[in-house]
Amino acid sequence: MKVDLRINGASRSADIEPRKTLLDALRENFLLNGAHAGCEHGVCGACTVLIDGEPVRSCLMFAVQADGYEITTIEGVAPAPGELSVIQDAFCETHGLQCGYCTPGMILAAHALLQHTITPTREDIVEAISGNICRCTGYGQIIEAVQFAADRLRKANTPRPHHGADQPVEAE
Amino acid sequence: MSADPATFRFVSTNRRVREDRRFVAGHGHFVADVALEGMLHVAILPSQHPAARIVSIDASAALAMPGVHYVLSGDELAAATDPLMNGLDTPKVQRHPLAVGQTRYAGEWVVAVVADSRALAEDATEKVRVSYEPLPFVMNAEEALKPDSPPVHPAHGSNVLLDRTFVWGDVDKHFAESPRHLSFRVTWGRNSTVPIETFGVAASWDPWRDMLDVWASIQMPKYPDQIARALRIPANGVRVHQDVDVGGSYGVKRGIKQTVLVAHLARRLGRPVRLIEDRLENMRGGDAHGPERIFDVEVAFNDDGIVKSMKIRALDNAGAYAGRAPFQLGKPIGAIVGPYKIESVQYRAQSVTTNKAVQEAVRGFGQAPTNYAIETAIDKVAAATGLERIEVRRRNFIRKEEFPYLIPSGSTYDSGDYHTVVDKVVAHIDFAAMERERDRLRASGLLAGIGIAACLEPSGGNSSFEPLLNEKNTTTTWMDSCRINIDGPGFVTVTIHNTSSGQGHETLVSTVIGEVLQIDPDLIRVIRPDSLACLPSNSPVGSRMAIMLGGAAFHAAQKLKAKLTRIAAHQFGVGEDKAVYASGAVSDPNSGRQLGWAELVNIAHRNFHLLPEGMEPGLEATHVMQVPTGNKLPQAGRVQMYPCHSFEFHVVLMAIDPALGKPEIKRYVIGHDCGTVINPHIVKGMTLGGVAHGLGAALLEEFVYDDEGHLITQSFMDYLLPSSHEVPEVEIVHHCTPSPFTVFGQKGSGESGYLGAPAAISAAVNDCVSPLGISFNKLPIRISAIGDAIADAQQGKPQEQAK
Repeated sequence: MKVDLRINGASRSADIEPRKTLLDALRENFLLNGAHAGCEHGVCGACTVLIDGEPVRSCLMFAVQADGYEITTIEGVAPAPGELSVIQDAFCETHGLQCGYCTPGMILAAHALLQHTITPTREDIVEAISGNICRCTGYGQIIEAVQFAADRLRKANTPRPHHGADQPVEAE
Repeated sequence: MSADPATFRFVSTNRRVREDRRFVAGHGHFVADVALEGMLHVAILPSQHPAARIVSIDASAALAMPGVHYVLSGDELAAATDPLMNGLDTPKVQRHPLAVGQTRYAGEWVVAVVADSRALAEDATEKVRVSYEPLPFVMNAEEALKPDSPPVHPAHGSNVLLDRTFVWGDVDKHFAESPRHLSFRVTWGRNSTVPIETFGVAASWDPWRDMLDVWASIQMPKYPDQIARALRIPANGVRVHQDVDVGGSYGVKRGIKQTVLVAHLARRLGRPVRLIEDRLENMRGGDAHGPERIFDVEVAFNDDGIVKSMKIRALDNAGAYAGRAPFQLGKPIGAIVGPYKIESVQYRAQSVTTNKAVQEAVRGFGQAPTNYAIETAIDKVAAATGLERIEVRRRNFIRKEEFPYLIPSGSTYDSGDYHTVVDKVVAHIDFAAMERERDRLRASGLLAGIGIAACLEPSGGNSSFEPLLNEKNTTTTWMDSCRINIDGPGFVTVTIHNTSSGQGHETLVSTVIGEVLQIDPDLIRVIRPDSLACLPSNSPVGSRMAIMLGGAAFHAAQKLKAKLTRIAAHQFGVGEDKAVYASGAVSDPNSGRQLGWAELVNIAHRNFHLLPEGMEPGLEATHVMQVPTGNKLPQAGRVQMYPCHSFEFHVVLMAIDPALGKPEIKRYVIGHDCGTVINPHIVKGMTLGGVAHGLGAALLEEFVYDDEGHLITQSFMDYLLPSSHEVPEVEIVHHCTPSPFTVFGQKGSGESGYLGAPAAISAAVNDCVSPLGISFNKLPIRISAIGDAIADAQQGKPQEQAK
């Protein structure tokens, strides 16, 4: 059936079987390979995408169910080709990855957290990434990356899209 | 050692890992991202029986489905291909990608279905009718050893794949002379590395070029050779694309059966074919389980806690086929005494087949289970003598001045300073304060304890265990290689000849070459050509790449540096020894003349008339590196296993709420010495990841089979991987004892953390529960087991020990 989706700010449509997962549709129909299949039963988080800004496991959702939502994949995070977002750059700075397979999901989970707060505690970060399994790093440098990104976001003199409770008040 | 650490520009500095950029953007290139024109997809029908004769296969209903192209049986595949390589001399233990005639474990692959999509192929597997006649089966290694046990391979005659007893030194004498002995059993549960990416492979066959192209999520030495042999085609007709990123491996991504299956289908159907294992196929039939091992240990020691001799019997449950499993009993021989001066060892290595999934190489290749047994022994010696556990280790450690140190089983340890590492860790922790904290936790009603483990990480992976366990095997090299080309405009491109699964090899070689040539590593391009354009290499196994690939890159760069120097000296009209290379330029201090990088490159590429006589034009160098120390076949059951030996020392503070039984790690400190670190980010990540992996092995992860022979932990709901909630913040205390056998003094670190964490965490649990008079002698130690044992102890029931 024909499905219309909003992916990374653009309207996309494709003919997709109703039983097809959002993960498979993103990869096969829209050639967005950044979301990865890990367990395909909703535990590992490698398939994480953002649906209206919240992390969701795209292996547990049918593509047709995503109609009407804003879908953000890892491909939608970099501001321009070859240019990294603050969070992506922080993962590079602390080497918050090794094989890179869980990394897109991990970065999107971090992205969602830092949309809510730029003053997360270590516990907040641990909680935010606890649905994403990384087999390489033992999480230490991932937590450092999120802390580093939060620090840079706090120091950045740029307006932020969402207003969390800790958002500094902007001078009008 | 060829380089002076004091002058490092790039080595050991906190430079970014260049591979990271593509992954954070979601632009890795994994095997599931390989989409070939006209590609077909495979799904697998597994056996429901641990052992059964295959009576008949009826694929007619599946083949009648639209979009289904083929159904492949084991008989057809076995007729068209040779059995998979078997490292041991057990010719009757034959292994094929699909079961032939009978199945040997529940989950074994019986039929492969090929369709237009994976979903269609899965649908069609449900229409394939296989009728079975169940056969007797055996799951337990000790049962499998019995002569009357059902043989997994009747033609082999028994379930014994390997039963070798080594005696190194005068064990009987040392036992007789020692005033104290103790013995115990510990069991390492069947776990594995379980990467988040399953194994996958895509293949296409070009009949007009006689060429098989392969893209795979692979970490397998001699992979193209094995494919060619099984498919009966020339090795130069197999082209493996090594630029595929591998989504984690840590040893297990050996996918040879998957590749032979898919390659056969591609050739048979004339279409590209891909198999990406789903999680069920991977967990129960991916042949990627790890060691499952019983250790019976006897120790001879004295009242001062000095361990004189040790007897270890290791019984390993290999699963249904030989695989690499038996060799995982061989590699630990290279560090069979751990970091200790134990004078003699008797080691009996037994490997048996059972009706479980096949065991594959796992991080450390048998070393982590062995270290768990050795460290348990040291703790028991401490308990028996009433000495502190750290003190017993200090008394038995090899001393810094005793290196290089020859252990009884024939390996020489390169270097180490174990006492200093321990001192640094104890000081970092404030060990007395940690003991006070433990006592405070105990006073608050919790069970609390401290776990300690010291161990070695043999590194620089050679394959000496092969000739040691199989006399027909005469392998004495496990080389790795690197090629550097400086092009006409002066840019540097390096080829490396393996796949990578997160180890940062591009960062490694660019750092090393930048260091030698004194040029910016970020300007060096590193590529992985396909296997036909590759130099001989043996993949990133055995913690070898910093030593072997780093060494090959170092030597290739040295050749280019010498060539550039020679070209300049020729222009200056002086001997090479008078010309000085610095930062890509060469000068003659006497005349003050200097030639820069661009000028030297230009001469090499364009001015043959200016080159010294006999010199080839261009600037290209290769180096094929032999493993340091690997120059002899085994003699009398002794061999130099790996060249280098990293050291780690773990201290864990743990608390357990007796009502819950859940172990909570309050503090985790690891002292780590892997010689000169090439990239600190990479080594830190390996170590932290290894500790997390070891935590899984100690507390969570196990492939459990029920009495019917079925795997019951086959999803991530029940095979539990550590999440960020389980893994504690880990503090690393560094020390650097350079290796005399490597170019920068580096040692390996790819298995660090994992080799000692299970022993340390197990020891912490046992220290927690020791006031209750109970202990755990089998990994993993699950929350449920702890909770039950505590409850029983509190009710005065005797503890039921693991069988």
